[in-house]
Amino acid sequence: MIPPGAEAHRAAESAARKSYGKLVAYLAARTRDLASAEDALADAFASALGNWPVSGVPANPEAWLMTAAKRKLIDGARRRRRAEKAADGLVLHTEELISAMEETEGIGDERLRLMFACAHPAIDPAVRAPLILQTILGFDAATIASAFLVAPATMSQRLVRAKTKICEAGIPFRVPERAELMGRLEAVLDAVYAVFTEGWADPAGTETRRRELSGEAIWLGRLVVSLLPEEPETLGLLALMLHAEARKQARRDKAGRYVPLAEQDPANWDERLIEEAECLLFQAGKLAAPARFQIEAAIQSAHAIRRQGGPADWPAIVRLYDGLLALTGSPVVEINRAVALAEVAGAAAGLAALNDLAANARLQDYQPYWAALAELLARTDAIDDAWQAYQRAIGLESDPAVREFLQERQARLSSRTTPGRPPR
Amino acid sequence: MKYLLMIYNDETEVMTLPKDKMEQRLGAYGAFIEAMNKAGVCVAIDRLQPSSNATTVRMVDGKAKVLNGPYAETKEQLGGYILIDVPDLDAALAWAARCPGAGHGIMEIRPVWSM
Repeated sequence: MIPPGAEAHRAAESAARKSYGKLVAYLAARTRDLASAEDALADAFASALGNWPVSGVPANPEAWLMTAAKRKLIDGARRRRRAEKAADGLVLHTEELISAMEETEGIGDERLRLMFACAHPAIDPAVRAPLILQTILGFDAATIASAFLVAPATMSQRLVRAKTKICEAGIPFRVPERAELMGRLEAVLDAVYAVFTEGWADPAGTETRRRELSGEAIWLGRLVVSLLPEEPETLGLLALMLHAEARKQARRDKAGRYVPLAEQDPANWDERLIEEAECLLFQAGKLAAPARFQIEAAIQSAHAIRRQGGPADWPAIVRLYDGLLALTGSPVVEINRAVALAEVAGAAAGLAALNDLAANARLQDYQPYWAALAELLARTDAIDDAWQAYQRAIGLESDPAVREFLQERQARLSSRTTPGRPPR
Repeated sequence: MKYLLMIYNDETEVMTLPKDKMEQRLGAYGAFIEAMNKAGVCVAIDRLQPSSNATTVRMVDGKAKVLNGPYAETKEQLGGYILIDVPDLDAALAWAARCPGAGHGIMEIRPVWSM
């Protein structure tokens, strides 16, 4: 038997999932006070859990929550005014703004505006993705902190500071005009992609919160596409995430061991997601203006052709990385380009490209650089150097499955060399 | 800033670990220590003997009371520590996540009072 409160609980949960960001965005759109909007909404959810089991779940839970939250906002503004005594014009203003909402029909979708506020140039780039996770999806600070490998207290502080800044510095809730849109949209898409890659960092899906993050990022990507369907980069980002998501299962074998892309069986890729990604990429292509996310999605697409039984289209991949490099100048792109180049022009050519990066101090603690270097050195039979590079990559890796995979690769080297390799 | 990374792990898991898995784990620690040294962050690192070899001492009514065993009998025991010197907590957390101990146990990160 379902306990009496269970249905109400489920209804509240489903309303939270569907409507949280919409309600926060709507409540804060005029006042820009995200913290108060979130508090009011949390109170409204608490009232719902108290009321619904008794009075039944309302026909329109979203509207019920909105009304309750608005009442809490107005109460809060009045309380503050009484506490501060001074008839502060600002508080009056807040109250007016909130009651102005009554006149609006229905709940407009302000989520895109809210995302642009969260990813505003005045907001620290590192806090943009966490801020979107909290305000649009209702994640708590501790969950976000864990996903981004930051102390919960630090994350709370950063979120509070960012919200204060939005409120006090007057960061607008608006979608920028055409002329500014490209640059500003990039920041929004970057933040969504950051959510995705944090989820992606846990391929085994052992940490449920993280596994869900890549799904949430795809949800955000779909939201942005639905609100800005004519922007090729929104389509490109969604295509990129779907391509990556399609290979999620294939990244582990049945025993839970890590399987690198080159050794994955395309039969284990999710055909449906790949098809959707390809469609999006095709749509984006029709709009011209190839930029970062479209190029990255196209690279994934060039890997995905392995489904037809042949190899990946490495020459195309190198050309795409050339384009991406010209656009971003990123050393991370250079590493990937070097690996692709090795497939086309041989390991020595790839190594030469990696060599140009050796002096980059920022890559010294960057695991993928050492893993790529080790792989290419092994292919050129530079056994000792490869062993050292693997050692570095192992020491910098935090995923136990990938670490074991690298250790096996390293051990395989030892069997190719003369005895006397230092046993570790 | 200095941080002490403490590795808590299940001692019975360590004792029953097959030999090849143990070698793999020690190898991972070796690589991790090298990476820390290359980055110049490691101040000190040690693996501790099992808690069955621990002794506690405290003064009771002016007399030392010595007891066998660890301070607290918990499933996870302190198995080792690393003292690192890094710019901030974010960096300390990044190194803690790279430590194999985060996989087979739990890492506790404590900032050190600077004197």
